[in-house]
Amino acid sequence: MQTVGCVDARLPIHSDMDLVWVRQHVRQTAAQLGFGLVEQTKLVTAASELARNTLVHGGGGEVEATVLRNGHAPGLRLAFIDEGPGIADLERALSDGYTSGDGLGMGLGGARRLVHEFAVDSSPGNGTTVTVTSWTVRPPRHREEH
Amino acid sequence: MLRLGDVLLVTLQGDLHDSTAEQLQQDISETIASSSTTGVVIDLSGVEMVDSFLGRVLAEIAAKAGLLAAQTVVAGMRPAVAITLVELGLTLPGLRTALTTEDALGLLAGEASPYRSRGTRRESP
Repeated sequence: MQTVGCVDARLPIHSDMDLVWVRQHVRQTAAQLGFGLVEQTKLVTAASELARNTLVHGGGGEVEATVLRNGHAPGLRLAFIDEGPGIADLERALSDGYTSGDGLGMGLGGARRLVHEFAVDSSPGNGTTVTVTSWTVRPPRHREEH
Repeated sequence: MLRLGDVLLVTLQGDLHDSTAEQLQQDISETIASSSTTGVVIDLSGVEMVDSFLGRVLAEIAAKAGLLAAQTVVAGMRPAVAITLVELGLTLPGLRTALTTEDALGLLAGEASPYRSRGTRRESP
């Protein structure tokens, strides 16, 4: 069972300076929680991709960071929230090589591979929220139950 | 940026702003075009994260340098960064790499005359 904590930090995403703050906050928090170096780097990289999406495609927004405890290990949940145009074709947006900006088309699908849990809530006109969670220890395979 | 003979050594440190990375890209191209630079070594050993944006910047630096007749070698990437890049889906096949700046300089020096294959890692005995 995971207990949902309250949001520990809320950071604005409105400039490339903000991307740097988001990365630094995620790295510091992940290090404090006991994430290993590789997992820290994955989480920071995923955060960077998603925060850039919020900035470039969502017209800016914010990220909410929440520390979680699921009984056997701490985790970090990051929710990237914008009120931009939303994603019309989510499946396409998640596929490698798809890009509507000037990246390499790895943002959303790539970020999904770097975290343990990944969810997108978006529809045209209603903005986008991408929520990712990683645990310091990858949870045992109880997720197969459902 | 530091010039070592015909080689331009660029050391990246810490967390780069997007605008800093783009400025760097422009500065490197201009330096190559206005000098006798035949090689560029980008030292990433002080960089904690490479995302798809910085990956694209590195690939473009190498592509532009190539059009300006200079070879680019990326040196010193941290293992955690390499692991993350591959999982992200970014293997950057056009980039040549070396484990250390010294190896990268040796690679470029050895290349001044005959063509060399891509193997840059030295086998340890």
